Amino acid sequence: MNLQEFIENFAAQFDETDATEFTADTKFKQLDEWSSLTALSIIAMVDDEYDVIIKGNDIISSDTIQDLYNVVVQLQG
Amino acid sequence: MEYNPFSLAGKTILVTGASSGIGQATALACAQMGANVVITGRDIDRLQATGNQLGASTKQIVADLTNQDDVNRLIAELPSLDGAVLCAGNSTTLPLQFGTREKFDVMFDINFFAPVELLRLMYKKKILNKGASVVLIASIGGTHSFMPGNGVYGASKAALNSVMKYAAREYASRKVRVNSICPGMVDTPLIHRGTITEEQLVEDAKRYPLGRYGKPQDIANGAIYLLSDASSWLTGHDLIIDGGFSI
Repeated sequence: MNLQEFIENFAAQFDETDATEFTADTKFKQLDEWSSLTALSIIAMVDDEYDVIIKGNDIISSDTIQDLYNVVVQLQG
Repeated sequence: MEYNPFSLAGKTILVTGASSGIGQATALACAQMGANVVITGRDIDRLQATGNQLGASTKQIVADLTNQDDVNRLIAELPSLDGAVLCAGNSTTLPLQFGTREKFDVMFDINFFAPVELLRLMYKKKILNKGASVVLIASIGGTHSFMPGNGVYGASKAALNSVMKYAAREYASRKVRVNSICPGMVDTPLIHRGTITEEQLVEDAKRYPLGRYGKPQDIANGAIYLLSDASSWLTGHDLIIDGGFSI
């Protein structure tokens, strides 16, 4: 897995926010479109694409996409 | 003698999923109402923990209800029953766009096929006595889209509710009653797996008019009513116990 691909998969869970707005430093919970359903989609996407189960708290403790990427990398061991 | 239409004295009742949550509370409540309780669950240690609270005479049968050999062995070991509460189940929180056939299969195996097969065999093999009462634990997830991400889970419970009604009609010839309980969110280990954070759960509970999530005991009390002679003329009903959520 690499960061760029992770950002693309992350961006795919959004409908209104333009994909070009997503970078490693994007503070995703501050996006207008962010909702609890988006959080569920991110959790499901990570399970699907990376075989890792992250929790709601992992999302809460992550500010940027890079933060969450680091969590997934760590869980993949 | 004290008047108590909810007594289960003299009745033998099976409770599945008795190791935790709604199943455990139901097993304990049935025993307190005077029933001889037979409990089943997957994990021998956790089942024994429930059994220890119920007393030495409680029959414990370890079985994974998604495994047909286990189901057959359970059926062979069961005594004649006056009631059964089928609580074993699981949940998942998953947006529908991630709901693959595989995810549906996992949920339907435990929430739908397992209780339906057990119900079928208990009736066919005449383990259920005449006048017995069967309670299936469904969910308002099967009647309402009560929370985003519960479509896969909800579909399995909706299917279960459908079978409940047909079974109620067909099994009435033997005076066997079949009803379900559709709980709202109940505070059991199932909801604390972290997909939904504790903070989100606290917020969500505020959406319930009675101001809180259910306790396992709230559902167990509904099961007592459906098992008892107090509900002798009730069959094919889905009893919503949800703190007013679905009003």
